[in-house]
Amino acid sequence: MTPPHRQIHLAAHFPGVNNTTVWADPRAGSQIDFSSFEHLARTAERGKFDFFFLAEGLRLREHKGRIYDLDVVGRPESLTVLSALSAVTERLGLAATVNTTFNEPYELARRLATLDHLSGGRAAWNVVTTNDAFTGANFRRGGYLDRADRYRRAEEFVRLARTLWDSWAPDAVVADPERGVFVRPGAIREFRHEGPQFTVSGRFTVPRSPQGHPVIIQAGDSGEGREFAAANADVIFTRHGTLAEGKAFYADVKSRLAKYGRRPDELKIMPGVTFVIGDTDAEAAELAAEIRRQQVSPQTAIAFLEQIWGRDLSHLDPDGPLPDIEPDLSTEVAEGRVKHHDRAAVAARWRAVARERNLTIRELVIEMTGRQSFVGSPLTVAKSMAEFVAAEAADGFILVPHLIPGGLDDFVDRVVPLLQELGAFRTEYTGTTLRDHLGLAVPAGKEAA
Amino acid sequence: MTTTGHLHLAVALDGAGWHPAAWREAGAHARELFTARYWAKLAGEAERGLLDFVTIEDAFRLQSTLPDDVDDRTDQVRGRLDAVLLAASLAPRTRHIGLVPTATTTHTEPFHVAMGIATLDHVSRGRAGWRVQVSPRASEAAHFGRRAIPRLDPEFRDRALLAELFEEAADAVEVARRLWDSWEDDAEIRDVATGRFIDRDKLHYIDFSGRWFSVKGPAITPRPPQGRPIVAVLDHGGTAVPYELPARAADIVFVTPHDRDDAARIVERVRAVPRDGEPLKIFADLLVFVGPDAAERKARLDELDGAELVSDARIFTGTADELADLLLDWREAGIDGFRLRPGAVPADLKGIARGLTAALRRRGAFRHAYESTTLRGLLGLPRPASRYAAASGRLP
Ligand SMILES: Cc1cc2nc3c(=O)[nH]c(=O)nc-3n(C[C@H](O)[C@H](O)[C@H](O)COP(=O)(O)O)c2cc1C
Repeated sequence: MTPPHRQIHLAAHFPGVNNTTVWADPRAGSQIDFSSFEHLARTAERGKFDFFFLAEGLRLREHKGRIYDLDVVGRPESLTVLSALSAVTERLGLAATVNTTFNEPYELARRLATLDHLSGGRAAWNVVTTNDAFTGANFRRGGYLDRADRYRRAEEFVRLARTLWDSWAPDAVVADPERGVFVRPGAIREFRHEGPQFTVSGRFTVPRSPQGHPVIIQAGDSGEGREFAAANADVIFTRHGTLAEGKAFYADVKSRLAKYGRRPDELKIMPGVTFVIGDTDAEAAELAAEIRRQQVSPQTAIAFLEQIWGRDLSHLDPDGPLPDIEPDLSTEVAEGRVKHHDRAAVAARWRAVARERNLTIRELVIEMTGRQSFVGSPLTVAKSMAEFVAAEAADGFILVPHLIPGGLDDFVDRVVPLLQELGAFRTEYTGTTLRDHLGLAVPAGKEAA
Repeated sequence: MTTTGHLHLAVALDGAGWHPAAWREAGAHARELFTARYWAKLAGEAERGLLDFVTIEDAFRLQSTLPDDVDDRTDQVRGRLDAVLLAASLAPRTRHIGLVPTATTTHTEPFHVAMGIATLDHVSRGRAGWRVQVSPRASEAAHFGRRAIPRLDPEFRDRALLAELFEEAADAVEVARRLWDSWEDDAEIRDVATGRFIDRDKLHYIDFSGRWFSVKGPAITPRPPQGRPIVAVLDHGGTAVPYELPARAADIVFVTPHDRDDAARIVERVRAVPRDGEPLKIFADLLVFVGPDAAERKARLDELDGAELVSDARIFTGTADELADLLLDWREAGIDGFRLRPGAVPADLKGIARGLTAALRRRGAFRHAYESTTLRGLLGLPRPASRYAAASGRLP
């Protein structure tokens, strides 16, 4: 009997609009039909996952001035589809990514509290701060917010949302027909907030929800982003999915908590990771290579190059060598995705690797982008994950399958039982709310005045 | 007029019913008002009655007996859930009935509202509608702090403000419909040979630019199953140009006639407003207490509330047969359907879904089975082609 492992938290990411999702596979189903969402959510719940996760993108991505057409395009509005999923699941947490720049606290706090009520305490909000003018073109105020202010607005937004969630006393609704009392006197308090971003007052319309406050997730990687998470978040969704990076990130973020009077276990760190499972490690490796080829089609390979080089490279042969072309740093060909910080350095590194290893363009892109995080037999994957968490490189994982709707089936059927045998993952839900699953306390409510 | 000669019937859900004391009735389960289970029961009852759709009320303010202030009354229902999300939670729990939540246009982003309703249409496989409403109150504006709106005049004498809010609502609907059209139906191609998931020539920028907002598009959500979800507006005819918003922007208008002659006058005024496309469906709103004990129940509730019930809509008390006769009489004035506001749930919801539907069926005026799986289908409205597909006239 192995000693009990540190407990892993698991979430399922509905894969979407990037080349992780293999839409060309014959088994790939609809990306928009509700049945696909239902399948993935039910599978995650069967696997006793902590939560189901949806990303957000408020403008379709563009490439060389046109809509990018090589990846999945299109997705539902997150909170609406999660509300529907609340009807077909019972325990699974339901997490929506929602932007603070192009929303208003009163409305969004209502929607999140509503999901928490409808789901009996399973709502989570991934707070993101995308603020570019490209996205702003779909909204009333356009690109009004400076990048420097993105987390200032987010911080004030979350603080105000918490004020609204606290404004109804926990036991405000009595609904006693005999006495004719629906709400206790004074239990719906007036809120009043004056700040640089928002000056608002009045009454909130939604009773305090089962979790008090929905779980707050943060995804953003800058210093400001990490500080915001340390102060405000219950979970961080990170991209640091390798052991070394993960440990550094974990140590950095957890060390920021004390300043806010928080304990290390009050913030869970969950990198987004991919996985490939085979009967043997060798078979999984082969499968992984095949999936990478599907993820990087010839056209996708050229598009990736163009993003880094900042110019049209459609004349290049994806199965040919990478010629000596200088990147054009004055232009961006991609809009609506996370930008490479230093394109000159990335281009130089790619050229060096291509030369050294004599790779074609497509081989190079396969090599340099998005390698799978966990590849192997079910036992190899289970052990690596448990070790990753034991090494304090993460508290758990947000799994991104590459196939919809069936991409999580194998993981749940073959890896989860092994994680459970290792003593690293729950065999049953022990609570009903997402806070229960994550081991987070319910924020203290405020009694009636 | 429908080909079958059947009436259209909708029920307006709000809290425990439209009487402020309804929550105090036996069987109201008012403690469950903020749970999914409560609403699932109501929607299930309406669906068993084969109704066309349910609407769900919503607003960015607490219910109040005062025009533009909180009243701090503790003896009436206070609090509401977001109606679009509530409707979405009902979608997997129902199969046929239309789901028409209220979403407001004064403080919301047209882009978000449009994507929410499009998603509701996806999760319900074609049963979504949007009841459009404005937020005309200073107290609502204070919740957002972005826009100055004067305190509400209960007499609505500030016609200019209402006209502005309604015009903005019409723009929001225009944006939503353009976004719903911005993906042509066959935009997703999954062409492995060229590596393309979509044919981007079939996705369109909507480039809407108006007085209150500009929206670039295209939608982030693929075209809804119905093409364009149903848009409904309540209009009392009190604006500068009565019934202009529904004529411009709605598929259904809810009106509030007080008798048959009034209904005829309203129908005439609605039909006089110029409009493109399918004729507007005119639904009359009625607040109803249905059953043999209707009058006593209403009197009891009035007594409990300490005031006689008032409403913008005609208040009906009577048996299911009497109500059926009234509806068929008003139909002669040109009314296509009815949105009934149950005085108290569950009694009056059952009165509608069981008693009234049976009485109408006996008169050959209501369906015996759902004839469609989409709301458009139930209303007898065709599925519109994308305006951009029609406009592009693409060469083969
Ligand atoms: C793992 C991860 C996932 C993210 N997912 C989204 C998303 O779904 N939608 C979005 O608008 N931004 C997303 N972001 C962007 C961030 O929220 C953030 O707005 C952006 O990275 C800028 O903040 P930063 O400078 O702190 O990184 C994601 C970021 C990370 C690291």
